Amino acid sequence: MASKLNLDQNKVDRARAAARTVALDTQAFIDRHTTVTVERAVCRLLLIDGVNEVGVPLPNVVVDHLLEKGLLPYGAAYALGNAMAETGMTPQQIAEAVDRGELDLSKIAPHTEAEIRTAIDPTAKATAERIRRNVAQRDAYLAEYGDKEGPYLYVIVATGNIYEDIVQAKAAARQGADVIAVIRTTGQSLLDYVPYGATTEGFGGTYATQENFRLMRAALDEVGAEEHRYIRLCNYCSGLCMPEIAAMGALERLDVMLNDALYGILFRDINMQRTLIDQSFSRRINAFAGVIINTGEDNYLTTADAVEEAHTVLASQFLNEQFALCAGLPEEQQGLGHAFEIDPARENGFLYELAQAQMAREIFPKAPLKYMPPTKFMTGNIFRGHVQDALFNMVTILTGQKIHLLGMMTEAIHTPFMSDRALSIENARYVFNTMKDLGEEMSFKPDGIMAHRADEVLTKAADLLDKILRDGLFATLERGTFADIKRMRDGGKGLSGVVLRAEGYYNPFLTLLSGGEK
Amino acid sequence: MSGGLYDMSVKSFDRTLDLTRIKAYGDTMNDGKVQLSFTLPVKDDEKGMEAARQLARKMGLEEPNVAGAVKLDESFTFYVVYGSCIHTVDYEHIEVKTVESSVMSMEEVNAYIRSHFGRKLVFVGASTGTDAHTVGIDAIMNRKGFAGHYGLERYEMIEAYNLGAQVENEDFLKKAVELNADVLLVSQTVTQKDVHIQNMTELIELMEAEGLRSRFVVICGGARITHELAKELGFDAGFGPRKFAEDVASFAVEEMTRRGLDR
Repeated sequence: MASKLNLDQNKVDRARAAARTVALDTQAFIDRHTTVTVERAVCRLLLIDGVNEVGVPLPNVVVDHLLEKGLLPYGAAYALGNAMAETGMTPQQIAEAVDRGELDLSKIAPHTEAEIRTAIDPTAKATAERIRRNVAQRDAYLAEYGDKEGPYLYVIVATGNIYEDIVQAKAAARQGADVIAVIRTTGQSLLDYVPYGATTEGFGGTYATQENFRLMRAALDEVGAEEHRYIRLCNYCSGLCMPEIAAMGALERLDVMLNDALYGILFRDINMQRTLIDQSFSRRINAFAGVIINTGEDNYLTTADAVEEAHTVLASQFLNEQFALCAGLPEEQQGLGHAFEIDPARENGFLYELAQAQMAREIFPKAPLKYMPPTKFMTGNIFRGHVQDALFNMVTILTGQKIHLLGMMTEAIHTPFMSDRALSIENARYVFNTMKDLGEEMSFKPDGIMAHRADEVLTKAADLLDKILRDGLFATLERGTFADIKRMRDGGKGLSGVVLRAEGYYNPFLTLLSGGEK
Repeated sequence: MSGGLYDMSVKSFDRTLDLTRIKAYGDTMNDGKVQLSFTLPVKDDEKGMEAARQLARKMGLEEPNVAGAVKLDESFTFYVVYGSCIHTVDYEHIEVKTVESSVMSMEEVNAYIRSHFGRKLVFVGASTGTDAHTVGIDAIMNRKGFAGHYGLERYEMIEAYNLGAQVENEDFLKKAVELNADVLLVSQTVTQKDVHIQNMTELIELMEAEGLRSRFVVICGGARITHELAKELGFDAGFGPRKFAEDVASFAVEEMTRRGLDR
């Protein structure tokens, strides 16, 4: 594809190489550590599920036990495998016995590495097989119905009750939505456990639980069969339980997951070491499960200025790309994020939006880019808001964005009514249809406003990545480079859940879930 | 179904403005015209439209006109309705509680602090409780501000600390004491099921329990916050939409003077 913006490929290469080195340096740190949620995800992948009588999820029971007994550095799979070799129980039975206080995993004599692996690997392989079957099921639906050409229409449901969410999601799917995101309750990102069962409460959404995933998946498959379209399901693989939510999503065939390498650090004040380790394993699971991840760069612009800070979005996209590749997640599953957030009062603001979107398209040609609608300058004037959303829709169709998060004219007023969603879908369909091939017809002035804008953003992003390379990622985050937010290496939530791996650490899924074996 | 492009109806009502009995205005004084839209959980057919009309009548709309009906799902239909609202409001006798302070510019606030306090004032802000949204507190505090109004971080005589989102009330108070704050700013964006009321009440109760309430000027803000609600919950002031850093700063410094906290 010839660049419409005359992008300097040398600058693109320089930026990407810098991001690559930053990611590889950080990956070395990641590979020496594990976290409580990584190990709980291992438990979940070994099909430990349920809660005890006081409501504590059994994966937490097991991992807390291992932490207390000093066994966590060896990995949950090591301790569980050892117990399986000794007792012949399943991981679930072991978890229940630990919960009842009948089993102390530190009191079991160590078996040999070979015995442990023989005991646990069949269970792990069975899970990998189950996830593979989910991928095959998705592929079968897509083969039967065909996949959507052009942008996916992405809408949210956020009633706070999974059963009401299902009503709304089905209606949205019938109206034409391609991706349904079930918003989580505010605050779940800071829970160091995943709630259990179907939930009917929450604020601004309801809990991400495995049962909720299952219920919504079944509902969307049902409406998909009626509509003869595959409806993708999205949830939030972020916060303190990234890998566990990835595991749940892989088991229940989610298709899209919000999953950013840096978002939790910046916007939820989660410790940076914790998040970087967690994102790596969560992305490995997402990669294997064929999940498209969405990254959260759009959020930078809700805090920082969309014109001045556009280069931080691009720099972060490069970093997210390289972290994802380190975790085995291919470009085709990288829904790198950006947003239409320039002040409507700005002269030629639309040209800047168009230039930046086209730039992202050209720099990440294989990525199903996630494009976010205006939120910051939505005022409550719903009529102007609908126009802003129409302009946003134009940028998507002109520049080939893939995951198109529909703007709602009632943004900043309430979580969407059923009618808001319908009007928004109608708006997008109108613009996408009437301008379908306009992008192909257009070229931009080689020396015009847009080409200059793209070059300016690219140059600043490349310079920033060079600086991050010199200073290191941790120091960069400490300085407040992204979204004007400063985070300390040892600050934030969840640091106590970070553990240095011991010699003999075992996690069968690190190899089982590598994309190559697919 | 609409009346056509030109309104040919005879306007028999009194067209003089009476501020003790104002009506909604479409294009003629006292025509009472309003537009509204809503969804009913019924099929898109004649019966559904009649249901929409009847609902409009119950809302006090005369001659309701269902201008649009859009099928959202098998049993959900969206209606756009116009009508003349019969109700009137006595505008002359309305009393509204708003924050009573003159609004100073950034420079004036700085000068006021210099002359009245002779030291920098400490503002500590956060989006508290489970609320994950920083957009409100950022608009007030971030250096850049919002819509051309600089944020508190830019005020020379204000030391502004933005603690971000999801700050527990306990932690917020602890930090406020630690930083020797003068003014506390609480932002609440998520208001579903009145979670903000619960959370804001808890903060005030906590402050009172620890004997800290009188030590700080406490201000809340957010899209759904009104001054009246804020006072009711025990805050000194509440700021809703279209209020900026200078509104908040002006109120805060004058409130401190009112309390005799200046030198």
